[in-house]
Amino acid sequence: MSNNIDFSERPWLDPEAEPFIRIQGLTKNFGAFTAVDSVDLDIYKGELFSLLGGSGCGKTTLLRMLAGFETPSAGRVFIDGTDMTDVPPYERPVNMMFQSYALFPHMNVEANVAYGLKRDGVAKGEIKRRVHDMLEMVELGIFSKRKPHQLSGGQRQRVALARSLVKKPKVLLLDEPLGALDKRLREQTQFELMNIQDELGVTFVVVTHDQEEAMTLSTRIAVMDEGQFVQIGTPTEIYEYPDNRFVANFIGSANMFEGRVQKRVDKNLVVNVPALKGELIVEYSAEIADGSKVWLAIRPEKMSISTTLTDTNSVNVLSGIVHDIGYLGSMSTYRIELEDKKIIDITYPNQHRPRDGKHLAEWDDKVYLKFDPSNVVLLTR
Amino acid sequence: MNEDLIAIQDEHKASFFVRLSRSLQSSWKSIVVAIPFFWLLFFFLVPFLIVLKISVAEALIASPPFSPLLDWSEDGIVMIRLVFDNFTYLWEDDLYVITYINSVKISTISTLICLLIGYPIAYGIVRSPPTTRNILLLLIILPFWTSFLLRVYAWMGLLADQGTINNFLIWLGLIEKPLRMMYSEFAVYVGIVYTYLPFMILPLYANMEKLDMTLHEAAADLGAKPTITFFSVTLPLTMPGIVAGSLLVFIPATGEFVIPDLLGGGNVLMIGRVLFNEFNSNNDWPVASAVAIALLLLLVIPMMIYQHIQGKENQP
Repeated sequence: MSNNIDFSERPWLDPEAEPFIRIQGLTKNFGAFTAVDSVDLDIYKGELFSLLGGSGCGKTTLLRMLAGFETPSAGRVFIDGTDMTDVPPYERPVNMMFQSYALFPHMNVEANVAYGLKRDGVAKGEIKRRVHDMLEMVELGIFSKRKPHQLSGGQRQRVALARSLVKKPKVLLLDEPLGALDKRLREQTQFELMNIQDELGVTFVVVTHDQEEAMTLSTRIAVMDEGQFVQIGTPTEIYEYPDNRFVANFIGSANMFEGRVQKRVDKNLVVNVPALKGELIVEYSAEIADGSKVWLAIRPEKMSISTTLTDTNSVNVLSGIVHDIGYLGSMSTYRIELEDKKIIDITYPNQHRPRDGKHLAEWDDKVYLKFDPSNVVLLTR
Repeated sequence: MNEDLIAIQDEHKASFFVRLSRSLQSSWKSIVVAIPFFWLLFFFLVPFLIVLKISVAEALIASPPFSPLLDWSEDGIVMIRLVFDNFTYLWEDDLYVITYINSVKISTISTLICLLIGYPIAYGIVRSPPTTRNILLLLIILPFWTSFLLRVYAWMGLLADQGTINNFLIWLGLIEKPLRMMYSEFAVYVGIVYTYLPFMILPLYANMEKLDMTLHEAAADLGAKPTITFFSVTLPLTMPGIVAGSLLVFIPATGEFVIPDLLGGGNVLMIGRVLFNEFNSNNDWPVASAVAIALLLLLVIPMMIYQHIQGKENQP
């Protein structure tokens, strides 16, 4: 079986692949507070792995334990097969790019990048060559004699990246790498990071609170909450197949309905939703007992909106009044007030220009929302 | 008609007050600058010029005991008398040269000892939790609440042949006769280091407080062991604090009079005591002034060179 599938892009699916970073039962307590609560995680070579979560979820503490700045209260960390739990940071084959960049203010760009190579006792000529090559790669060659305070935020960030990459670490840890950059620079840097990662084959572990950043960058994402992983998966899995309500709400937005399973019809379930005084049809293949309490999540972009009802027999149709419109150019977001005052969000592309000065729907229009049973996510927790 | 006139007058009045307040505002700025200016002028520059004047005069047995700078001759011509003998005398007499060298030596070694003791203390205070930090800082400043002279006398009591330390060591049976500590260079070092240590710790603390601790993590992350991190990151970044603290200790310690006089007695030659003797015992004001001027030059010239180098380095 496994011979037929190419695992090179998805090593985590290969049962025979050796994880590059293995985290086992890792725990960190600060006094009575548990920042990281007994987590297990395997990260494979060449991955760009993101730890995503709100502030205080333990993602930074986990990253700092990988770097060696925090000593775990329990559990072990293996990197490339070696137990690194008790190895001090200066002996780990790991480099970190700090959120504040932490560039040495008294050294120029060149000296900052050369710092790590000097510590390793690399020959002078070789240091010079590698620093030069690295600065060329991040396009900072002409700034090599400048001090950090003479650089812009984006340039400093590239120096920090060059400094952490020049030692060719086995693992590069990035703490909110794009946090301090403006939107345009972020997007540009995101793609730069991906190119560098592709080029050098280094394993990246990124900590971020920004889901967009995590979605575009990562091969896989671990969503964290209260020191634990709530879901680990590819961006698509996390977004389209969330495991639970926390992930569904944290990644993107979702309209959530509470209900009970009524009966099964082929591959679909009929779910009774009291808030709608009706039923919704959901595609769901796994076993589930009739009468179970479930939550249905529908992404705003997975619905269509129209002012007329074409097919009266179709399932999953909701009607309501347009409460608010946000015009974003390529698409619009609508807030629809359903009959029982429940408000749901929908985004719909503006495929046509306004006709007679009117958009698809205007304030206080009565509209119909439709969605396919396969687009509804059924959550049991 | 009348109302118009009153209105115009009011306007005049108003504009007068506006102008007054504006000129007051701009004069406030000059007043703020003027206060330190006049302070330095009257309490530093003028006394300095008087001392400078006395240093180029001749000693006389009179009151005041030196020759005047300006002399009115009989035909109404003003004569300026400048005598540089005092300075050449300083250079020619070994006593002064040796005393200068000894002063600089004692204050240099004291500064280094203060740095060695003060640096780890300042670092420890910065690294301690905020509540402890304030208590520790208070403890550093606490000795200033007792008179400096009293504290030096206390050291005399501690270091004397029959003093607390000797009595304690004899009681322990570690020594049989008292150690000779008073009236030696050792006692002077103890006194200077003890007195000036806070002046080393406080600027170092102020400097280290601004130090970004993630830089240490960055250095460790790049493969630097703690000692290497200290010499390549911590030390260079705390250099301004080291320089400020060292100057605050070195400069007053060089001219120190009370400590060498009380703790060193006649055995330790320092320039402050020579100066005191010239003024009071020899009543030779011009030589004493020359000693003071030479001391000032000795201290100011290296500082100006240092500032010049610093200024150059800070230019991009």
